[in-house]
Amino acid sequence: MLPLVTKQLGLSVDNKQLLHNIWLELTDNHVTVIMGHNGAGKSILLRCMHGLIEPTEGTIHWAGCKASSIETRKKQAMVFQKPLMLNRSTSANIEYVLKLRDKSESLTQKYLQSAGLEHKADQPARSLSGGEQQRLAIARALACEPGVLFLDEPTANLDPGATLKVESQVISASQQTIKIVLVTHDIAQARRLADDVVFMSDGTVTEHSSAKTFFSQPASAEATSFMSAYIR
Amino acid sequence: MSTFSQVFSEVGVLLSGPDPDLLEIVWLSLRVSLTATLAACAIGLPLGALLGIKNFPGKTIVTVLINTLMGMPPVVLGLIVYLMLSRSGPMGFLQLLYTPTAMIIAQFALVLPIVTALTRQQIEDNWSEYSDTMNSLCVPLTQCVRTLLWDSRISLLTTGLAGFSRAISEVGAVIIVGGNIDHLTRVMTTAIALETSKGDLPLALALGVVLLTIALAVNTLVFSSRTRIA
Repeated sequence: MLPLVTKQLGLSVDNKQLLHNIWLELTDNHVTVIMGHNGAGKSILLRCMHGLIEPTEGTIHWAGCKASSIETRKKQAMVFQKPLMLNRSTSANIEYVLKLRDKSESLTQKYLQSAGLEHKADQPARSLSGGEQQRLAIARALACEPGVLFLDEPTANLDPGATLKVESQVISASQQTIKIVLVTHDIAQARRLADDVVFMSDGTVTEHSSAKTFFSQPASAEATSFMSAYIR
Repeated sequence: MSTFSQVFSEVGVLLSGPDPDLLEIVWLSLRVSLTATLAACAIGLPLGALLGIKNFPGKTIVTVLINTLMGMPPVVLGLIVYLMLSRSGPMGFLQLLYTPTAMIIAQFALVLPIVTALTRQQIEDNWSEYSDTMNSLCVPLTQCVRTLLWDSRISLLTTGLAGFSRAISEVGAVIIVGGNIDHLTRVMTTAIALETSKGDLPLALALGVVLLTIALAVNTLVFSSRTRIA
């Protein structure tokens, strides 16, 4: 799937510039964290990367293939901040994706175990707690056997315990050589997970560096201001 | 007051023993209305779901048209079906006029817009939640329709029920295309209309109570299955 290359990426909707002039290259199978203030364009960039939104300017390619092509998108998966639970049992949510990807439904148990939900297999997915629903959404995404997993603030509404469980799922996915692209506001989470950080401000990328560099010496004024605001 | 006391005594008489004529009318009413509703659901549910999910030029016009057809007067619709099925009409060769099949066709045409319009609204509301995940998973359109219909099954039961209620309670269309022929096309509503015109109001009202009881039974059945599914 890699590298991801965006060239002069821009998106305007109703004469409003949401993204502009984004040059980005993701080359390694690491955890990339996208950070920035509310309205900076993080989630929109994630959707463009996943091919859900077609940019109005520039290009975005995964290993030379257009991000919006079905073939490319089928090799990716995305988990949203508010996960959609299909109105059926926990295991049926996994089976749905396995069937969709022509995979054996016998794998259901494996993915349920990875989410720690094997004991709730027959329970309606919508009756699970917020943390469990998010873990199920990640397990369902992983059932697609993606090369890239996009996570849009997956722990924004979760308590610390549930957050850690989701993070361990993400780390485990990353160890299976799945490229993770995660959007988060949570600096502590970014420190725990990130290998590299993309910082966004006003619809553009102001900084892309290794996590070590970013957290010790952010290069852009926007990132410095963002970090100091949270530290205060 | 005396009319109402007569009504209850007539209801008692109607329900006390198995009157073959009444059972025949009840059975035909159920057969016609249930068949029409099921056929309308078989087409209206996927059609409504497709309209709810898919964007295309002219979608607003189609939606407004279907919503308008929900208010189609049964008499007008009955007349249209009558003209289609009459000997000189385009489907006259089928010789369906004054048969239960003609009544099913009329009720089907009456229920179809209701099922389609209510399904479209329900699925469109749900689609706003589902679209991101379905698009992300690259779910094909037909599968999206199936998924949304299955996931909305509980509320769609009410849609089916609304269609059935419309079918079982209408009189204008079935009396035109069915003709209210005894032992052939007489249903509850046409029987009520006949007894009213004959001036036997207690019997007409008693038949109305029986009709309501049937509707209550069907509603109870659907509600209990709805609870089970939930």
